[in-house]
Amino acid sequence: MMDPEFVELSRWQFAITALYHFIFVPLTLGLTWILVIMESVYVMTGKQVYKDMTRFWGKLFGINFALGVTTGLTMEFEFGTNWAYYSHYVGDVFGAPLAIEGLMAFFLESTFVGMFFLGWDRLSKRQHLAVTFLTALGTNLSALWILVANGWMQNPVGAEFNIDTMRMEMTSFAEVFFNPVAQVKFIHTASAGYVAASMFVAGISAYYLLKGRDLGFARRSMAVALGFGLASIFSVIVLGDESGYEVGDVQKVKLAAIEAEWHTEEPPAAFTLFGWPNDETMETEHAIKIPWLMGIIATRSIDEEVPGIHDLIKQAEHRIRTGIIAYRAMTAIRNGTADEEDHALFDMYKKDLGYALLLKQYTDKVVDATDEQIKLAARGTVPDVTLLFWTFRIMVFSGFTMLFLFVTGFVLMAQRRLERHRWLLRAFLYGIPLPWIAIETGWFVAEYGRQPWAIGEILPTFLATSSLTKEDLMISLAGFITFYTVLAIIEFYLMFKFARLGPSSLHTGRYHFERSGAPDLANAPAAPVKD
Amino acid sequence: MLLDYETLKFVWWLLIGVLLVGFAVMDGMDMGVGALLPFLGKTDAERRVIINTVGPHWDGNQVWFITAGGALFAAWPAVYAASFSGFYFAMLLVLFALFLRPVGFDYRSKLDASQWRNSWDWALMTGSVVPPLVFGIAFGNLLQGVPFHYDDIMRPWYEGSFFGLFNPFALLAGVVALSMFVLHGATFLQLRTETVIAERAARAVQISGLVFIATFALAGIWLAVGIDGYRIVEAPAPGAMPMPTAKTVEVAAGAWLENYSRYPLTLLAPLLGFGAAILAMLASRAGRAGWAFFASALVQAGVIFTAGLAMFPFVMPSSSQPNHSLTLWDATSSQLTLNVMLIAAAIFVPIIIGYTFWNFRKMWRVVTVEEIEAHSHSAY
Repeated sequence: MMDPEFVELSRWQFAITALYHFIFVPLTLGLTWILVIMESVYVMTGKQVYKDMTRFWGKLFGINFALGVTTGLTMEFEFGTNWAYYSHYVGDVFGAPLAIEGLMAFFLESTFVGMFFLGWDRLSKRQHLAVTFLTALGTNLSALWILVANGWMQNPVGAEFNIDTMRMEMTSFAEVFFNPVAQVKFIHTASAGYVAASMFVAGISAYYLLKGRDLGFARRSMAVALGFGLASIFSVIVLGDESGYEVGDVQKVKLAAIEAEWHTEEPPAAFTLFGWPNDETMETEHAIKIPWLMGIIATRSIDEEVPGIHDLIKQAEHRIRTGIIAYRAMTAIRNGTADEEDHALFDMYKKDLGYALLLKQYTDKVVDATDEQIKLAARGTVPDVTLLFWTFRIMVFSGFTMLFLFVTGFVLMAQRRLERHRWLLRAFLYGIPLPWIAIETGWFVAEYGRQPWAIGEILPTFLATSSLTKEDLMISLAGFITFYTVLAIIEFYLMFKFARLGPSSLHTGRYHFERSGAPDLANAPAAPVKD
Repeated sequence: MLLDYETLKFVWWLLIGVLLVGFAVMDGMDMGVGALLPFLGKTDAERRVIINTVGPHWDGNQVWFITAGGALFAAWPAVYAASFSGFYFAMLLVLFALFLRPVGFDYRSKLDASQWRNSWDWALMTGSVVPPLVFGIAFGNLLQGVPFHYDDIMRPWYEGSFFGLFNPFALLAGVVALSMFVLHGATFLQLRTETVIAERAARAVQISGLVFIATFALAGIWLAVGIDGYRIVEAPAPGAMPMPTAKTVEVAAGAWLENYSRYPLTLLAPLLGFGAAILAMLASRAGRAGWAFFASALVQAGVIFTAGLAMFPFVMPSSSQPNHSLTLWDATSSQLTLNVMLIAAAIFVPIIIGYTFWNFRKMWRVVTVEEIEAHSHSAY
């Protein structure tokens, strides 16, 4: 049996490194397109300010990009180092999208990003724009393949357990790629990245407007950010992740937990706006409900049921029991003692094998599991409802706040009244963390909501670990935290420094700190030199 | 589909080899350059020259490493799982060293403070020296066999220790890997720089070339006389479903040389390693840096295939439970996955080579101190 503390530490390490990586990725996803927009305007109009915009926001993009690359390396290693059984068990399916990501996307992004930074003098205008576009394309294709891989963890289609090799094997690459969960996740996640980049550019531009610096530069940047941000926030909300929750039992559990829907309701189910879910009593106290809404969101119908947690646990218990039958048959087949009936039973119930594996955290002898252990394992198929309920609401609240900001900002800008509303500029500036709050809680909802599974209905998380010790994990986790903290301090320092400095950092002689002969930042001893 | 399973498995052994060679030729070059950075560049401007020779390329080049890792995951999941978790702290050491590179390249010249820049130079050097050293050490351990076994649900268990990896033969293999990367980085620097830096680089070519030839030869002799190889006694057909525990393996002295005596053509790999290294040194001395660079690229291929061919068909032999050793026949993915990946590689690798070539052509020049000074705000 696995040491629960060791499993916890493995999960913490993955969560910390993934969440940290995911600070930098969304900005890269969106900022590359914003750079494409700015540079396109430059190529079409020939106006220098758009080139300066591309170069300045490109500089901030570069500071962010370096850490995105750095922390992405960890993700590539970590499946092997810390989730070895996972890699062994599902590498046949999960590895392919990751490898294709490298071939199709990561090469593209990384080869052209160097030319983006250093190729201004060596490429024609059009060539450079093409380079910027290919960087953006590579970045976004990269996200597509990663989410194909992640979508398969949520809803593992196109694969089958092979009893000879004792692992999952791909049966249809098209099913893995066109997995509906993966597709909606990609759109949701990429759009969220676009929103993050828009808030970033809008917030920093608002800062220049508030300071009354480099106004032409700031207004044009603001316009691009508001336009792109408005389209993106609609995409995030309208094409939200929710449509992905209708397929697969694990997704159903996640949905029920998010909504704290303990009991299956008569369709169409009500949406719990707020309330206090209680994981002990399995009830939600003081719930404020909106009738019909939940059923419509989740099933896109008014007559389909949205199953509640109590019913989902009952289903899980049933699948554990049939899973035990499959496990017993599997053992017989592997020992060479199986008769025809064993083979038939295995084929019939092998889709529930993963449920039997859930018992391995309570007993090594899965087939002798007691009733109590089975019930415990069934209850364990539902993650902590309170946590999911609230993180989901934080995400949604952040999203709607940004919707308000972008709509208001866009309308006021169209009426040329934006700069008179200094409160809104301030809201954009101090609202810069909002998309990251939404994104990180969104990650939590998606991945914690998948628990106790590493691969939904197939492989429990605790089994997916490597054969390491608690001490190993403590050392490596301490190493990651130390390293990542230092890197974060350096990154934030540079990011704040250059954001404050603004386009003066380009040393073109056209912007605020260089023109007014200001003695501060630009000429300070630690003046920035890199473009 | 197109290829039968047995052929497909063999093709993927070749492809993983090609990806590793691609990694060594492209990323190895950057690491060689990084390893030499504080030694060949005495002033800030000189160091910036050195960094900017790989400036527009290092990120793309690094993807060879990432893709080799991804391909390992997809094509040989058992090897990826057993080696990365078994060599846990060694892999983390590589990872932490690699952290220093993207930030080093990007952040170093962002601030004009000598302590800041100097620190990043040493960070870049560390990030360039540690990975080849550890990869060499890992290969040295693969050649000696790695203590691991599988349990009844095919979960890999590593029985060795972190410090056990650093045995004398493995350390020697580490020096082989480091010196071949440094050689390659040095020929590249000689090609892309001028005057004092190019002269220092030419000297580095001679030194690293000699170290490489000496250690590569020593490792070969040691392998022949001092290290037991592995041999398959009985196994399921190569085209059978991959079951790593279903074969019988024996450990035998000299077994790693059997492929070479049975198929003498394979001796071309080590000969290429030695011959190309000598050629690189001679060409460098004659001032033909282009030829030296081409030759040092061939050194990478020679060395990687020398190790691969010695172990063939083994990939990760187990010293504690030889029957559980991983071979290219039984550590692979399913036929469908290998096929899908092969199609993806066939489509994208030529495209990648195409735009990488364009990148190098567009950004190709001799980097000079004058250029760096003229572009001090836009160069790395």
